[in-house]
Amino acid sequence: MRPPIQPHNLVLRIAAKMLIPPILMFALYVQFHGETGPGGGFQAGVIFAAAFVLYALVFGIDLARAVATERVLSVLASLGMLLYIGVGLASLFAGANFLDYDVLAQERMEGQHLGIFLTELSIGMAVAAVMMIIFFAFAERGVRR
Amino acid sequence: MITQHLPILQVIVPLLTAPLCLLVQDRRFAWGVSLAASWTAFLIAALLLDQTLEQGVISYELGGWPTPWGIEYRVDTVNAFVLLIVAAISSVVLLFAQRSVAKEILFTRIPLFYTAYMLCLAGLLGITVTGDVFNLFVFMEISALSSYTLIALSEQRRALTAAYQYLFMGTIGATFILIGIGLLYMMTGTLNMQDLSQRLPAVTGTRTVETAFAFLTVGISIKIALVPLHLWLPNAYAYAPSVVSAFIAATATKVAFYVLLRFMFTIFGVSFAFKTMPLNFIFMVLALAAMFAGSTAAIFQDNIKRLLAYSSIAQIGYMILGISFASVTGLTAAILHLFNHALMKGALFLSLGCIVYRLGMANMEQMRGLGRLMPWTMAAFVIGGLSLIGVPLTVGFISKWYLVVGALERGWWPLAVAVLVASLLALVYVWRVVEVAYFQAPSPAHAGEIREAPRSMLLPTWALIIANLYFGIDTSLTVGVASQAARQLLGVSE
Repeated sequence: MRPPIQPHNLVLRIAAKMLIPPILMFALYVQFHGETGPGGGFQAGVIFAAAFVLYALVFGIDLARAVATERVLSVLASLGMLLYIGVGLASLFAGANFLDYDVLAQERMEGQHLGIFLTELSIGMAVAAVMMIIFFAFAERGVRR
Repeated sequence: MITQHLPILQVIVPLLTAPLCLLVQDRRFAWGVSLAASWTAFLIAALLLDQTLEQGVISYELGGWPTPWGIEYRVDTVNAFVLLIVAAISSVVLLFAQRSVAKEILFTRIPLFYTAYMLCLAGLLGITVTGDVFNLFVFMEISALSSYTLIALSEQRRALTAAYQYLFMGTIGATFILIGIGLLYMMTGTLNMQDLSQRLPAVTGTRTVETAFAFLTVGISIKIALVPLHLWLPNAYAYAPSVVSAFIAATATKVAFYVLLRFMFTIFGVSFAFKTMPLNFIFMVLALAAMFAGSTAAIFQDNIKRLLAYSSIAQIGYMILGISFASVTGLTAAILHLFNHALMKGALFLSLGCIVYRLGMANMEQMRGLGRLMPWTMAAFVIGGLSLIGVPLTVGFISKWYLVVGALERGWWPLAVAVLVASLLALVYVWRVVEVAYFQAPSPAHAGEIREAPRSMLLPTWALIIANLYFGIDTSLTVGVASQAARQLLGVSE
């Protein structure tokens, strides 16, 4: 594996450190405002993963892997998918068709809000995790862990 | 309450299992939960077929959105029949899978294998159950991507190139299908199959719809592996793990064939597909090419898995030939052969799986004297082979019988002769294996070492063999359902 960027790339390191928190925040903004503005789970997931990709590029894959381990990512991805199916099954058990959000809460509007919030969250989780899995799969080519 | 939700549960049950396998990361759990999910899916498919035969078409609106706007799942006799065979094959193959997978796939990747397997099953069932063309495309991608993974999980290095080749061709096919769907959407503004079939007649004269038709035909033909677009298939089947060969050979091309039926008959309609466009002539020529080229290539194969793969290409030719008659009998034969071929190829690939389990590979050289060393496995292979040839009392005979009757009904007797001659070619390649296995002495390296396959693998194989014989004798279910399905597709009243 290529060594991480050397200490003398000070500008890059400082810029990355300054940029990563706003990127994560922006991902969360896109995630939770998806129902009223442009965005949603998929876009948010990609932006969230982009912050990790930037970190791994500047500070090295090993440091990034300390947080985003293979296990964490696969759990995140499968939990995302399970949450999505879970929302669908919840409306099924509430007596409506699969993914009918109307019955998720007392009021129809509230049900729709909750349904969209949860499914977008599940998509965001799964997409962020899978994006990182794809990035690491390419970045760690030939490296045995 | 639960019965009205069966169409969605058909997809959700296997889809839910995939992340569970990934989450728990335990081999035994992954196998157990996949097996349970697959059998549940089989039960659901049986209930759905029963419902459609009694009450007619079932429609299910996802998310409660009314139909032309929301996604609709729509089950009639045609897709209920396909759902049943896909779920049945998957369930039997999973029974077989535990030991075969443990031997052929890297220990740490086994949970991932079952994840991909269940995604593939969910995709295939989803393609079949949906009544929305874009949803169909999405499920097609789910099943295709997971099957590339399944093939690449084999420990043979050549599986990687085979999977890559399949990925290339599969992606081109999927792109063509998407372009076709896009053009149809442009002209009609709808993605619902029923709605499309009502809106299309108004715009069929346009170049756009004709182009859409061409893109869809070519795209789906790649997925079916119709000659000359079949080149991805032999390697993909030959180098995949045994379980995957059995599952994909018996289901994936069948589901693609169902997609072709859906587009040609339900969406475009017979008069457009066969009168305005010269599809029956094109299909007849390609079907004959597939029957002869596939069988001839099969005769010269040394690897038995490749032999069966080429034989699959030939068998696809029979199904396409059935379509090209554009008659109730021809279509009945095609749908029957879809079901019957799944049974034969499933059984044959499972018996090969038993051989690979003991020998590590299945070339002609290794098959020497295997009739004595593994009598039950080879007996299964022989009966499956007889079914492939079309010997009476097997399912192969039934579908070829209807095919010949369909040809004679139209007065096209040369086609009937062609079907019989192509069957003789099948006799040649099956006989080659039989000769090596029964009439040659076992190679000294094998004698005493090779035993019969374990019972947990023999029983599922024989279950499929018995199905081959049972549906070859009692055809009331298969022929009844297939002819009803053919009538529905052609819009002929009972």
